[in-house]
Amino acid sequence: MVGILVVSHSAEAARGIVAIAGQMAGDGVPLDGCGGTDEGGLGTSVPAIVAAIEGLLARSDGVVVIPDLGSAVLAARTAMELVDSDIGKIVIADGPILEGALMASVEASIGADLDRVAQVVGEARDLRKLQD
Amino acid sequence: MTLDVQGMLKAIDAIGETLEMHKDYLTELDSAIGDADHGINMNRGFHKVREKLSAGTYVDLGAVLKDVGMTLMSSVGGAAGPLYGTFFMRMSMKLAGLQAADTSSLAEAMEEGLKGIVALGKAQLEDKTMVDALTPAVEALKKASGNGAALAAALESAVAAARAGMEATTPLVARKGRASYLGERSAGHQDPGATSTYLILSTLLTSLKERV
Repeated sequence: MVGILVVSHSAEAARGIVAIAGQMAGDGVPLDGCGGTDEGGLGTSVPAIVAAIEGLLARSDGVVVIPDLGSAVLAARTAMELVDSDIGKIVIADGPILEGALMASVEASIGADLDRVAQVVGEARDLRKLQD
Repeated sequence: MTLDVQGMLKAIDAIGETLEMHKDYLTELDSAIGDADHGINMNRGFHKVREKLSAGTYVDLGAVLKDVGMTLMSSVGGAAGPLYGTFFMRMSMKLAGLQAADTSSLAEAMEEGLKGIVALGKAQLEDKTMVDALTPAVEALKKASGNGAALAAALESAVAAARAGMEATTPLVARKGRASYLGERSAGHQDPGATSTYLILSTLLTSLKERV
């Protein structure tokens, strides 16, 4: 199954998003969140992202990384280069972080492949909350 | 003259001192167009770097710069972490196994570092980023190296080029990072990333000259 890594500037945001996505997707989907600097402030830490990707790769068929914005994207890209394994098993997805993580988790839970799971993160952009 | 391991350690330490001294200045520049954390982030990053380097023993330049890069990646927090981290990591690969760098090896290493920054951040010239200071600096260093210039003279021209590049960011409209969300309003402010790049290079030069 494809795993999902949420990368936010905030550790709390990452944890919360993972909790919400996990509840929607059930127990089977490998999920993790990563956020904040090593000192606990707002920001991102490349080595922490590398460790989280490697942890997920050990229990999944590939990892979709969903960064919030800005430096989280750069940190995720840098981490990808430093991960000591098949880079083809990691995809950084571009989409809204909460809705994207939710939809990706559900997609992963039904056995979709890496590219499909990454694709739905982008599709989450069109998710409507208010019906008119 | 070359830049040896002791010279590099001393220069990195001096860079940390410079960034600490200019912390408020960088943050002030960043508060105009960014999220007001560049000075704080760079100071925190280089504080950790100084801690890391003072606890180690180094015999080659690659090992020094690798530790600088990895530490910046884990402690800076903002976009400057992966960007400067990549810069020093790429430099470390070029200088691995070397006990001292001359003009040409430093020019090659810095060019490699710049390529890493561009590949990661996808910034082009005049996007109002650190690339606007670093690109002319690397060009000047390469040109000086081609002319057989001594290290201090070569760095002197690189620092002058970085300064001009940094100053030229002021009228630009940002096309990368947080400042780009401001559009036209980002014009009229000097870029904080280009400024920290200039500060790093000029401190490297000052530190090198002090050793002679």
